[in-house]
Amino acid sequence: MLSGIPLFPEQASTLAPEVDNLYFFVTAVTAFFALLVVVFVVIFAIKYRDPTGERVGAPITGSIPLELGWSIIPFFISMVMFGWATVVFFNIVRAPDQTLEIYSTGKQWMWRFQHIEGQSEINELHVPIGRPVKVIFTSEDVLHALYIPVFRVKADAIPGRYSSIWFTPTRVGEYHLFCAEYCGTKHSGMIGRVVVMEPNDYQAWLSGGGGLSMQARGEQLFQQLGCASCHLPDGMGRGPSLAGKYGAQETLANGATANVDDTYIRESVLTPQMRLVAGYQPVMPTFQGQVNEEGLMSLIEYIKSLPSTGQRAAAQAAAPGPAAPGGPR
Amino acid sequence: MTTTVLPRVNYLNVRTTVASWMLTKDHKRIGVMYLVVVALAFFLGSIMAAGVRIELTTPQGDFVSADTYNRMFTMHAVFMVFFVLIPVVPAILGNFAMPLMIGAKDVAFPTLNLMSWYIFVIGFLFTVAAMVLGGVDTGWTFYTPYSSNASTSNVLLAGLGIFITGFSSILTGLNFMVTIHRMRAPGMTWFRLPLFVWAIYATSLVMILGTPVVAITLFMVVLERAFGFGIFDPRLGGDPVLFQHLFWFYSHPAVYIMILPPMGVISEVIACFSRKNVFGYSFVAFSSLAIAVFGFLVWAHHLFVSGISPYSAMIFSFLSFAVAIPSAVKTFNWTATLYKGAIWWRAPIMWVFGFLGLFLVGGLTGLFLASLGLDVHLHDTYFVVAHFHYIMVGGAIMGFFAGLHYWWPKMTGRMYSNSMAMLAALLVFVGFNLTFFPQFILGYLGMPRRYHVYPEEFQVLNVLSSAGASILAVGYTLIALYLVYSLFRGEEAGANPWLATGLEWKTESPPSPHNFPETPIVNEGAYEYSKREIKVA
Repeated sequence: MLSGIPLFPEQASTLAPEVDNLYFFVTAVTAFFALLVVVFVVIFAIKYRDPTGERVGAPITGSIPLELGWSIIPFFISMVMFGWATVVFFNIVRAPDQTLEIYSTGKQWMWRFQHIEGQSEINELHVPIGRPVKVIFTSEDVLHALYIPVFRVKADAIPGRYSSIWFTPTRVGEYHLFCAEYCGTKHSGMIGRVVVMEPNDYQAWLSGGGGLSMQARGEQLFQQLGCASCHLPDGMGRGPSLAGKYGAQETLANGATANVDDTYIRESVLTPQMRLVAGYQPVMPTFQGQVNEEGLMSLIEYIKSLPSTGQRAAAQAAAPGPAAPGGPR
Repeated sequence: MTTTVLPRVNYLNVRTTVASWMLTKDHKRIGVMYLVVVALAFFLGSIMAAGVRIELTTPQGDFVSADTYNRMFTMHAVFMVFFVLIPVVPAILGNFAMPLMIGAKDVAFPTLNLMSWYIFVIGFLFTVAAMVLGGVDTGWTFYTPYSSNASTSNVLLAGLGIFITGFSSILTGLNFMVTIHRMRAPGMTWFRLPLFVWAIYATSLVMILGTPVVAITLFMVVLERAFGFGIFDPRLGGDPVLFQHLFWFYSHPAVYIMILPPMGVISEVIACFSRKNVFGYSFVAFSSLAIAVFGFLVWAHHLFVSGISPYSAMIFSFLSFAVAIPSAVKTFNWTATLYKGAIWWRAPIMWVFGFLGLFLVGGLTGLFLASLGLDVHLHDTYFVVAHFHYIMVGGAIMGFFAGLHYWWPKMTGRMYSNSMAMLAALLVFVGFNLTFFPQFILGYLGMPRRYHVYPEEFQVLNVLSSAGASILAVGYTLIALYLVYSLFRGEEAGANPWLATGLEWKTESPPSPHNFPETPIVNEGAYEYSKREIKVA
């Protein structure tokens, strides 16, 4: 009956074999020690059995060399596990520089995925094979966790922050996608499928409907919400210029510095006074309630695409045609 | 087999009115009173577990609704963690046996001890009320912001119940520490203390230092929920991950509150039934303290996928591996204790063998979860569920049953059926493995925990698990039956049925209200079995 049950999920990402090899190693080491102790316990229990309960054991109280041995040897073995596991972990959490970025929002009880090109989907995630994909996500309500077992990746979705997972799919197919952090009534219904496609099929899928790209929607919002009236590109407005700011460091009014990343931009839209850029008055109103998580992500995509004035000049000089904003993805 | 009432005046028959129990300051009676409440909590928690296992026999959600399922697994854990695992050994066996073992008349503060029981019962009643009024659906971890604003269940009542119960733990820990410092009999030096007492001492330290944090944390959830204080909810300016840090700062050490006292029990029983000194006494004693101290430094290994910095994850992973070493040392020492022993196969040591097997699996699978690269995949899956059940049920509950079977004749003056008890140990061991081993595989396959409905390919393993749970249920029921039966029909045990060393065996069974006719004087170590000629009583 058990022969039909797999012991491991499929390996469908470049990370999966790395994780599985570590798993085999830890399993082998722990199984060895478990068997070692069990064998000794069983042998001793049988060999030294005294059915009468009247005899006494040998007067042995301990052994320092043994104590040191069975403290130090397991310690070193566990350090091998620690080192190996940490290397694998950094491979899991550190995405390569060039990734295909897909945004996602978790909420009770669904996942929404937003492709930069404009396609969006619910409880389904289409990705191309052979290319590193980074999913950047947050939650609109409570904690969730995005979990794709065949890729061996997982991270919590936390309201108010961005998390990410990355993977390079290695096998075409449809796979489970789960919410792994308990989130209420239909937690077990917050599931979906990942569809890994050949690159051509993915391109075809992307172009099938979808509307505006995230960057274009971000630009629209930037105008609609009135951001553009203060954040002038030349830096002469009431707010700092956002051109070329993504990924840079800003000096704050309180003297600290902040990395301009997704989380900082999100926070600056919703709670502008929290980490104010030095040299500007705290005049920006909050946009809490006026823009949803997807709108925020589009704004971030738009801000990412704004080249610095220098870059813009260089780009215009170099290429007469429309430059691909934000560099290659 | 004799059915006569034990005629002598002892702590049980000295007064038999309800008031004499409700107002007692006798540590032995208070231990028995904890046993009654904990048994009730265990029963309620088991009913919830049965509901969960019935639901999971099929992939569809066809036995109960999603909301009911969520409430069942939450109430299962709330009862089992806060009202069974945490008090089961310290409050029952610690209260009953520890003062006897150090040759004391009682604990240092007998009135406080009674008060601790009342606080425990009040907390328990709050939690029972939360269940009766519809239950709680947050999971026992009460993660925010779900618990603080999204859940519509009785979070306030349960949170207050656990908050109140926390004071019982703190006061009991304080009481035990002072007792161990101040009440030892003449000649009972620190290194003559039975290892159970060392374990209780280490546990008390964790109770005193850790419990206030979880009590305050749950109180903050109550404040946020009831009055809108912005502590954990990002919409109010709070931080949901802060809750996880605070919660696990206690709840990880709480694992050691659950497992250290049973480890102490194992040392007692294994020495007695192998008729030997515990191998490496001081290493076993200090490993308890090492676990208690290191246990405070590993909490963030519950947060490896919660968005903490990878560098802090690295440090917490390292410390989690480090805390495994003292537990490994204990296991090796227990195994070595058996070497050249004269092993008397009686029910208590069968539970110890069960403990060793299950604790080994539980401890070693902890290494998988401490391994950062594996934890990302395994976090919040059934692998974690299996791991902590091996530690908590396989370790703590097996250890408790070892202790209960060891001290039962002392508590009641009666013997239970040895063959029944050996059968029960076997049933529980087999049932437990069948229940939880498949869950390791389920976890690696990727089945998330707390799922009411699951993909069909996971069904076979879930059916095995539910089948195992029914064997477990038979085992636990059997224990209740023969123990209760022994109260009425059990043979008289006599003062020392196991021919054990230890002061508790030098007084009568059940002991007199003041434990010893005169204060005992100690002039040797705890387990000098091989020095003495054991005679059958």
